[in-house]
Amino acid sequence: MSKHNHAAPVRAPFLSAGTKVLAVIAGLGIASYIYRLFFGLASTTNLDNQYPWGIWISIDVASGVALAAGGFTTAALADIFHKERYHVIVRPALLTAMLGYTFVVIGLLADLGRYYNVWHPMLPSMWQGNSVLFEVGMCVMIYLTVLYIEFLPIVAERFKGRVNLPGVLRILNRFVDSWLTVCDKYLTRFISLFIIAGVVLSCLHQSSLGTLMVIAPTKMHPLWYSPISPLMFLLSAIAVGFPMVIFESIISSRSFRIPPETPVLSSIARYTPILLAIYLGVKIGDLTIREAWPYVFDGSLKSLLFIAEILLGVVAPAVLLTIPRVRRSVAGLLISSSLVIGGVVFNRINVFLVAYQPLYPVKTYFPSIFEIMVTIGLVAALVLVYRFIVMNFPVIAKPPTTPAGVRPAEGWLAESLREVE
Amino acid sequence: MTVDRREFLKIAGAGSAFLLAGEARATDEPQAIDCGQTYGVLVDTVVCIGCRKCEWACNTEHKLTDLPLPSYEDKSVFQRHRRPEHNAYTVVNRFFDPNTTKPYSIKVQCMHCNHPACASACIVGALRKEKQGPVSYDAWKCIGCRYCMVACPFQVPAYEYKEPLKPQVRKCTFCAHRLEEGKKPACVSICPNEALTFGTRQELMDMAHGRITASPEKYNNYVYGESEVGGTSWMYLAPTTFDQTELPKLPDEPIPPITETIQHGIFKSFIPPLALYGILGLIMHSLKGPEQEEINV
Ligand code: SF4
Ligand code: SF4
Repeated sequence: MSKHNHAAPVRAPFLSAGTKVLAVIAGLGIASYIYRLFFGLASTTNLDNQYPWGIWISIDVASGVALAAGGFTTAALADIFHKERYHVIVRPALLTAMLGYTFVVIGLLADLGRYYNVWHPMLPSMWQGNSVLFEVGMCVMIYLTVLYIEFLPIVAERFKGRVNLPGVLRILNRFVDSWLTVCDKYLTRFISLFIIAGVVLSCLHQSSLGTLMVIAPTKMHPLWYSPISPLMFLLSAIAVGFPMVIFESIISSRSFRIPPETPVLSSIARYTPILLAIYLGVKIGDLTIREAWPYVFDGSLKSLLFIAEILLGVVAPAVLLTIPRVRRSVAGLLISSSLVIGGVVFNRINVFLVAYQPLYPVKTYFPSIFEIMVTIGLVAALVLVYRFIVMNFPVIAKPPTTPAGVRPAEGWLAESLREVE
Repeated sequence: MTVDRREFLKIAGAGSAFLLAGEARATDEPQAIDCGQTYGVLVDTVVCIGCRKCEWACNTEHKLTDLPLPSYEDKSVFQRHRRPEHNAYTVVNRFFDPNTTKPYSIKVQCMHCNHPACASACIVGALRKEKQGPVSYDAWKCIGCRYCMVACPFQVPAYEYKEPLKPQVRKCTFCAHRLEEGKKPACVSICPNEALTFGTRQELMDMAHGRITASPEKYNNYVYGESEVGGTSWMYLAPTTFDQTELPKLPDEPIPPITETIQHGIFKSFIPPLALYGILGLIMHSLKGPEQEEINV
């Protein structure tokens, strides 16, 4: 894994003004989450028989999965197509995907009425191959496992030969250490198999997420109801992959005060207009074949939302990123990648909420304060965990100015996992 | 990352098996049931007097509420259109025939579709079409994802949102437990006017068309449920078209094949995923070697 050797734990104080705010938001979110688990959906959400799915599905799950697509698109680019230059972003993207999917599952649990039965789809006696949701669930579960496996070499690289667990856990030192050594020695040889599996699994469930609402043809607004919705979900997930990596790389370098990898980021940003154009082309073709254009211009709220989704989330960033000056500037990259990300989230909300038209609506759905707090809280918690991990594991590339032998950061867990020097 | 070609192919095989394990049953065919022989109920809204005794019988049979029978004589509930709820599997609503302005009542409940979208959607197979006709629900399997509610074209399943720990999806059970004992559903048994007729679906369709032919002045020539989304076990006769009622206008094609075709297309004997795996593997293998290309910005 020599090409990763320049990655190192980032050295910075864990707490900053920003992280304190995030911690408060995450705390409120976790409190709401626990409240939900014990007091039920009625006391925490605005869901009803008309709107069985709310923002926990459309944002936490559907958007979460799409935004974690950076993991597989980057892996495909760097490891499968061997664009070695991009290896510096493979690890941050992998970590985002790993945490992203973990939080998707956490978010999903909040929404499940019987969250403690979440493992049921794994039992062969309950397999239901006709269910789109079954396929999504299985793929996400297997993919999450693959992501953790892909992350193992990073753990091994960090702690192999220097495992020093505190207190009674000390007796496990030898065991954990030899296990990490085995991982490092053998797993890295086979890791490419997992990388390909990860890409295949991603293609499968990213598209199947788009099949979910196809089962409700009579309830879906024609602007978003399409039999090729799975293809559009896959294409938009692929398109949002790099912008997500760019966005997160710029934000984390800002936060850690290290120079952003601008040349690499500008370089992957070149792909985005092409990917967005393909997505847009399919979307236009779909509207034309289904003769849905009249709905685009009927002036209703839904048509305006559709137009906004396409113009702001697809056309604008595609145009912006074709301009070299925008692509080379950090601000330009940040703005255009935010537009793509916002556009995909917008699209998922539109498909799962706006387009869903119950037959007998009593009132329209708007998320409750608890739903919003859980959703925002999970995002804040994800950012904090991300920060913690990049401060303790070699994920982000070392800035060239930092001297070799960077010491681990002073987080509480970093302290307790202190290595022998 | 040094794996030679043979070794690579060998492990690629293992990787595929790994993928296979997760999706082994994805190619299941929908269960084939002879829908003519399943049981059904014909609801004759021309004969129905809107007494709501079926609501009482259902609520009592399933221990949903314990309101006494006389309380169901309250006709003020007709002022708004009610929907089946977690504590009311069936409700009677009142409509007016636009031609004669005469009122008529429509009892609604789960239609027990021949090709239930809810069952196709369910992630764990908690909902299924039984041979006798009912679409049954197994709360023990259910994970509470509510995808069945998204899928149902009649918007029937209701959820026990207020139940914090063991919420269930609630809908008409077709009194499957009574059918097993050879009894008719509770609502059919109590109906004083024989507005509800229990029988095999084929018998009921013949009966429905027979009534229309016998008194064309009383009936609109349409049997709702005969063909909607592939046909349903519960069917309706009415004095007028169903356009003004809450029974939705639906296409004749069953819903499950729409998603199942996409789904099984993607997983056709696992060939597409495996092919993708193979292609990516080949690309990965053949493009190997340090890439000299400079970064283009
Ligand atoms: S009416 Fe709805 S709940 Fe009942 S069987 Fe049909 S799809 Fe399922
Ligand atoms: S809520 Fe239960 S019955 Fe409905 S689809 Fe989900 S697991 Fe199946």
